[in-house]
Amino acid sequence: MAEKVLMKGNEAIAEAAISCGCRHYFGYPITPQTEVAAYMAKRMPKIGGTFLQAESEIAAINMVIGAAAAGVRVMTSSSSPGISLKGEGISYMAGCDLPALIVNVQRGGPGLGGIQPSQSDYFQATRGGGHGDYHLIVLAPASVQEMAELTVRSFDLADKYRVPCMLLADGTMGQMMEPVTLGQSGGGTAEKPWALTGTGMRRPHNIINSLSLTPDELERWNVDRYKRYAQIAANEVMYEEYLCDDADVIVVGFGIAARVARNAVNSARAAGIRAGMFRPITLWPFPKEALFARAATAKAFVSVELSMGQLIEDVELAVRCTRPVSLCSRTGGMIPSPAEVLAAIKAAGAAQKGGN
Amino acid sequence: MTVLPELRARVTVLAGHYGSGKSTVALACAELLRSRFPDGRIALADLDIVNPYFRTADCGDALRKEGIGLIASGFASSNVDVPAMPGDAYRITGDPGLRVVVDVGGDDRGALALGRYAPALLAEGDLDMLGVINACRPLTRTPQDAAGVLREISAACGIPFTGLVNCTNLGRDTDAGTVVSGLAFAEKVAELTSVPVAFSAARRELCGALPDGMRVLPVSRIISHGGIENF
Repeated sequence: MAEKVLMKGNEAIAEAAISCGCRHYFGYPITPQTEVAAYMAKRMPKIGGTFLQAESEIAAINMVIGAAAAGVRVMTSSSSPGISLKGEGISYMAGCDLPALIVNVQRGGPGLGGIQPSQSDYFQATRGGGHGDYHLIVLAPASVQEMAELTVRSFDLADKYRVPCMLLADGTMGQMMEPVTLGQSGGGTAEKPWALTGTGMRRPHNIINSLSLTPDELERWNVDRYKRYAQIAANEVMYEEYLCDDADVIVVGFGIAARVARNAVNSARAAGIRAGMFRPITLWPFPKEALFARAATAKAFVSVELSMGQLIEDVELAVRCTRPVSLCSRTGGMIPSPAEVLAAIKAAGAAQKGGN
Repeated sequence: MTVLPELRARVTVLAGHYGSGKSTVALACAELLRSRFPDGRIALADLDIVNPYFRTADCGDALRKEGIGLIASGFASSNVDVPAMPGDAYRITGDPGLRVVVDVGGDDRGALALGRYAPALLAEGDLDMLGVINACRPLTRTPQDAAGVLREISAACGIPFTGLVNCTNLGRDTDAGTVVSGLAFAEKVAELTSVPVAFSAARRELCGALPDGMRVLPVSRIISHGGIENF
């Protein structure tokens, strides 16, 4: 079905997951991601899949662990407070080297927070979110089409590297409707010889486990896992650049913030300011080399976010503090307006001129 | 030239599949009634207690400026946003001088809230119960599926449909062909359900490219999160 349809971001995630062979969904409803679960509830029974509304987020993530251990493509979705509840299970999945997709359609926090869009789970997502040494691969879509495409990519990356992947969206991305062309990507081709599929009395049994009471063994597991993380960082970085080549001021933002930023960049260009936009698509691994390369010519950076300033720390690290980085953000469910971003671009440009 | 919809009944109800365009059509219907009855009292009722995003209730100030009353939970989008209807909603059935456009929540779950008002609406009998269809929505891609959703809605609220609205669109990618092919789709749903197509809805700037005599409700606004522009 390569035809174009009109979908909500949340629906696009669900349909894309089904299109690439996911037949197991475990979740618990929470605004603003409930349409993922509602869509799965309608579709899964018709295609021989499993939709299960668990008794809690904690139960749901543990069901994901079980299905992933059995080698099938499986996912869960939630919004910020629900992802916190899943944190323990996500850490266990990382420790067990299990591939799965976890979707976070963020809402304002902390605590129960609100139901409007937010990007304030950036630290939680990019630093792992649970306990222990681990990373998730974190992908940030900026359109409904990307919600679909990055869902498929998440499953592929999770299988390829045996790591849990997170799709980090926000309430606006989940709720907005846009035209989408859905591909049919099949079911993934990764061999999973480690999966618990029954020995058939023909091989030694597999063990899926994150527990080791032998410190040198646990250290070895962690070191081996970080070798895979290094491969991911070397091979899987994704980003988009817009008018960066001659830009004096580069706006950095992901997801919905990047859409606002792009409009502001266009307005800045119309006003004669050389502005550009850099959009990380993988938030982990962060495109730090590409951003650092831009620091050679750009004079200042502006981090646009729906949080009190989280992405900005990775921007500062990436440019190694060689250029000033200012923050343009709203929080609590508010979204920076193109005018606010334009003002931040102008301020960053003016400060540089004054400084030189 | 296209022809405007009739909207003869005192109460016009828009129900349909989730995301089919009910709120957009409801808003345009209220605007049309406003222009057609300059001295009449017009109200838009938001019965969507299912989804708290992008609701008609969020347009209250803009509507009041245009002389369109809003019937919606006073607590919508507030800290006590509970799935309950306000007492004000009894004006839908209790105020015979009021022309009302009712925006119902999506699918059969959304239509449950309408059931509360069904006995009085059916007793009065001055009602258009319109089923909104978008052939480009992924779960209603066949006339059979679209008809199935409408049957579920009727069963949930206890009101039979009297007309269909072709609101087929692909967002910013919509062209006249999308609307025209959507009408053919809606005609097939009409055959399956024995409910006639009442009219189509299309962005105002597309209306000039639609066939002469086609019955079309021009749409000039959509309900969205403020200030966000698409790519």
